[in-house]
Amino acid sequence: MSHAAAHYTSTGLDSRKIAFWTFIGSECLLFGALISTYLVYQGRSLSGPTTHEILNIPLTSVSTFVLLMSSLAMVLALAAVTRGDTLWSRVWILSTAGLGLVFLSFQVYEFTTFVHEGLTLQVNLFGSTFFVLTGTHGAHVAVGVLWLLTLFVMSLRGKLGPEKALTVEIAGLYWHFVDVVWIVIFTVVYLLQ
Amino acid sequence: MARFQRQYVPRVNNAPRKHPHGAARSAAAVVLAAAVLVVSACAGEFPQSTLHPTADFGERIDALYRTIFWWAVGVFVVVEAALLFVILRYRERPGSAEPRHVHGSTLLEIAWTLAPAVVLVFIAVPTIRTIFQTDGTAPEGALEVEVIGHQWWWEFRYPEYGITTANEMHVPQGRPVALSMTSADVIHSFWVPKMGGKRDVLPRRTTRLAFTPDSVGDFSGQCAEFCGASHANMRLRVMVDGEGDFAAWVTRQQSLPVVSESLTGLARQGAELFANPAKLCFGCHIVEGISPGVLGPNLTHVGGRTTIASGILPNTTEGLTRWIRDPIGEKPGSLMPQVPLTEDEIAALVAYLQSLD
Amino acid sequence: MATSLAHDASTVRDSLMARIWSWVTTTDHKRIGILYGVTAFLLFLLGGLEALIIRLQLASSGNTLVSAETYNELFTMHGTTMVFMAVMPLSAAFFNFVVPLQIGARDVAFPRLNAFSYWVFLLGSLFMNASFLIGAAPNAGWFGYANLTATQYSPGVNIDFWVLGLQILGIASIAAGINFIATIVNMRAPGLRMMRLPVFTWMTLVTQFIVVTAFPVITVALVFLMFDRFFGTNFYSVAAGGDVLLWQHLFWLFGHPEVYILILPAMGIISEVIPTFSRKPLFGYAVVVYSGLLIGILGWGVWAHHMFQVGLGPVADSVFAATTMLIAIPTGVKIFNWIATMWGGKIRFTTSMLFAVGFIAMFIIGGLSGVMHSSPPADLQQTDTYFVVAHFHYVLFGGAMLGIFAGIYYWWPKVTGRLLSEPIGKVHFWLTIVGSNLAFFPMHFIGLLGMPRRIYTYDPALGLDDMNLVATVGAFIMGLGALVFLVNVWYSRKRGAPAGDNPWGGATLEWAIPSPPPVYNFTALPEVRSRVPLWAKDGMTPLPESPSEDIHVPGGSFWPVLAAVGIVLMAIGALIKVLPVVLGGGVVLIVSVYAWAFEPFEV
Repeated sequence: MSHAAAHYTSTGLDSRKIAFWTFIGSECLLFGALISTYLVYQGRSLSGPTTHEILNIPLTSVSTFVLLMSSLAMVLALAAVTRGDTLWSRVWILSTAGLGLVFLSFQVYEFTTFVHEGLTLQVNLFGSTFFVLTGTHGAHVAVGVLWLLTLFVMSLRGKLGPEKALTVEIAGLYWHFVDVVWIVIFTVVYLLQ
Repeated sequence: MARFQRQYVPRVNNAPRKHPHGAARSAAAVVLAAAVLVVSACAGEFPQSTLHPTADFGERIDALYRTIFWWAVGVFVVVEAALLFVILRYRERPGSAEPRHVHGSTLLEIAWTLAPAVVLVFIAVPTIRTIFQTDGTAPEGALEVEVIGHQWWWEFRYPEYGITTANEMHVPQGRPVALSMTSADVIHSFWVPKMGGKRDVLPRRTTRLAFTPDSVGDFSGQCAEFCGASHANMRLRVMVDGEGDFAAWVTRQQSLPVVSESLTGLARQGAELFANPAKLCFGCHIVEGISPGVLGPNLTHVGGRTTIASGILPNTTEGLTRWIRDPIGEKPGSLMPQVPLTEDEIAALVAYLQSLD
Repeated sequence: MATSLAHDASTVRDSLMARIWSWVTTTDHKRIGILYGVTAFLLFLLGGLEALIIRLQLASSGNTLVSAETYNELFTMHGTTMVFMAVMPLSAAFFNFVVPLQIGARDVAFPRLNAFSYWVFLLGSLFMNASFLIGAAPNAGWFGYANLTATQYSPGVNIDFWVLGLQILGIASIAAGINFIATIVNMRAPGLRMMRLPVFTWMTLVTQFIVVTAFPVITVALVFLMFDRFFGTNFYSVAAGGDVLLWQHLFWLFGHPEVYILILPAMGIISEVIPTFSRKPLFGYAVVVYSGLLIGILGWGVWAHHMFQVGLGPVADSVFAATTMLIAIPTGVKIFNWIATMWGGKIRFTTSMLFAVGFIAMFIIGGLSGVMHSSPPADLQQTDTYFVVAHFHYVLFGGAMLGIFAGIYYWWPKVTGRLLSEPIGKVHFWLTIVGSNLAFFPMHFIGLLGMPRRIYTYDPALGLDDMNLVATVGAFIMGLGALVFLVNVWYSRKRGAPAGDNPWGGATLEWAIPSPPPVYNFTALPEVRSRVPLWAKDGMTPLPESPSEDIHVPGGSFWPVLAAVGIVLMAIGALIKVLPVVLGGGVVLIVSVYAWAFEPFEV
């Protein structure tokens, strides 16, 4: 009885899932506040380079596409784990992490170029809001990559069977969320200048 | 960091002096304390009272406040009485029966949702009317005064007359005054309760207030937004003058400053010290035609003010001496440094400042 | 029973060190609740001490007990402490101890995350208060308005302590918020539908939703400030075209919901206390629950009423005045329902009930003065004066703190197994009620007669010396009340009468189990069939005397503590601007999180 009792939940869902959705709700307000600030300060910089002078839309479109593809890989990874397909779960988890790393490399390249062109954190309002917004997102991607690599190592050690599908699903939730946030940021920062 | 001493705080406004000197002081204090409690509703006792406004802005707010106040008193009486009745009537007594388990009543819930809603309508309607009446737009022909907040003093400019002064704003009785306000550093808030409500004074933004003073007098106020170490010492006054007095004040302010050459004795020495770069006065304070300083208050006609240091010291020999001797001790955090001066030099500077009327 | 306790009991029997260790590594919600309560109460006393020094300074005009700089630190830390380190965690003590018991659960959904929240809160509070030791406590107010907090105007580390400390405390709050939402949504006993939940649990749920949504907003505001101060960004830099109002919007967007974070738990507490001591179920249960939800939602639409004096324009002022007045309606409805609950009841005036009634009486005053400055023109005279200080002390002391005291007297026997003394409790109550009214009521007049807040000295000509002296005397009477409470605690520990399972005849699940509850709480998961399971006939399945089989109770874990240490190390590194310390803290954090994730720990 006690074993059954320990796993009884009111909604039938695992508590981790409820907690994680709540966390995502919380994160929405975090990014909401960052994006709102970016919008409020748009066009109010007094000096230094701003949006259209510096943003490289084709380049960022490529990295955005890469991140979108990583979400697809994540979906396939979860499917593979759920059906107990060890090989393909490893392939897709590693692909997701790899595509995330590619996205991060694009961002590092972008940031470095911007600094060379005179856009720094300190130079104007655009620099401050742009770097803190996209940097916070980048940090989220980095955490996600670390998480996925951890899952990959678990898989190598044979500890990521179908019974761990929920663990992968939650990592996936996080990854898709970070991806969706990027779509919003890409639209707001790059497309709607 | 700052050595802080008991300050002499000048009498503000038209309140009767409450602390006579000498042996009678303590006895008088007791009597006066009792008197204060008895006549505490009396207008003259509280120079910064919001309840006895002397300008249209404050009067509109006061009328609104009184409306809300009486509604609140009504609600207070009804609800606290209900609470009192219930706890007295239904307290457990020997042999009281077990209560019936009532779970609610839709009718009652609707009633006590609607009741506060109705009261709020009676508050909201005059509120919104007053918001639009007091939004800071001034009528045609208003006297424009630019207010600049500084840590921790006030600068007032009258573009119409080409006057710049500090901490004491003279305005004529009966003419609307339009303030446009900004800050040179952090956020301050301009508040002279008898004129009306406060409005923040923000860097890089301009905020507005408008009021028409209806009584002659000397009305005190102070900064109401926390602005750092000496927030408490950022006081100001609005002097409402009769028409003739105001014109005379304007003429006085517009007049040429005292020329150092015309001074004699101690004041002459003071003028030379003031102009001496090593004594630092020069770098911060403007005296028209003599020094170009920009950081501190304009001193061209400082002798004509009733207080100095943003209303915390009287403009007397003693007050000026204390201030120059130890500005940071008098006003913690003050940007005016303690300049190394001998007592004789201070006396000379005081004499010079007093000559600038 | 013996078997299930074996794990825990054997460690407890060991040496003192082992006992301490068992508390450090505990994941038991009841122990964490006790830790929260004790820590937060000590911080409440510290905040109270700060208040007493403030009141001494203001006892007469031109007083020189403390310097301007010290005074500014005192009022900043008084506000910051009371809001973030006293009232919030005191509420958290009740969430931790009471909520799992009220919903018939063995623990919270994530016991280690719960321990993590506590340790982050403790270390964050120590971090913030360590600023006093080096003479650089935060000094720009609990609201820390930009641009006074910019390096240019606040060059010392005072604001660094504040900006880092609040971020740490925010982490604790968000983690706890997520945990309790999952717990209440998902760990209710069979049959305990949402509309059967005790109102305290409901208000906890609403509060936690506000926490997880409001804290990210202040976190962003604080991150901006941190970047401005540490890396020279321009978020609040006027010289670079930044707007000082950005801070105010972000801060109050958080700050007003925060008010409800402080008051809703207390409203929940008295919604338990009043029915118990009136011997009647709560009147209009559904309406009380929905009005709590409505307050939580409307709380998001009123933030600019803290900014009427900046001149947002007549239209914005009108809109925010209207939304603010609107929020008075669900608040009023709650008060009417509490009164109606007592109506026709058989009211027992225990100390707990006295505090609950005191809450209502004082909250009415605080609510009405709140309506007064919901009107923007009136607010222009009242804001930033002692009138507002009077208002929010009526709602936060008269409301939140009296509610918390009602809760302490109510659940103390459940926590300790012993009653607090009723006679001493009544002395505590009357000192508190007399002292607080004497302290706070004159402040209405002090404010209306022209005394601004946050001033370390005032002009004798204002004519406010006498009233200020009265307020100071009142504050000391409140302080005496707090001492009497400590005596009561001591008395209860030494000689308190045994409580029994249900000393008050309460109706909710926590009263169905022994006091103090066994480590596993319930011998078997109860099935609940009523909103008042202990009052209703056949309201719940009877609990067996002892568990039918071994109940798995999770052991302790050290990793949450170490993770908290890592976070605070990072903050210390940032404060002293030594990168290796920041990185070291980061490594500790990452290692602990991994160890935590992979340690065998069944819930």
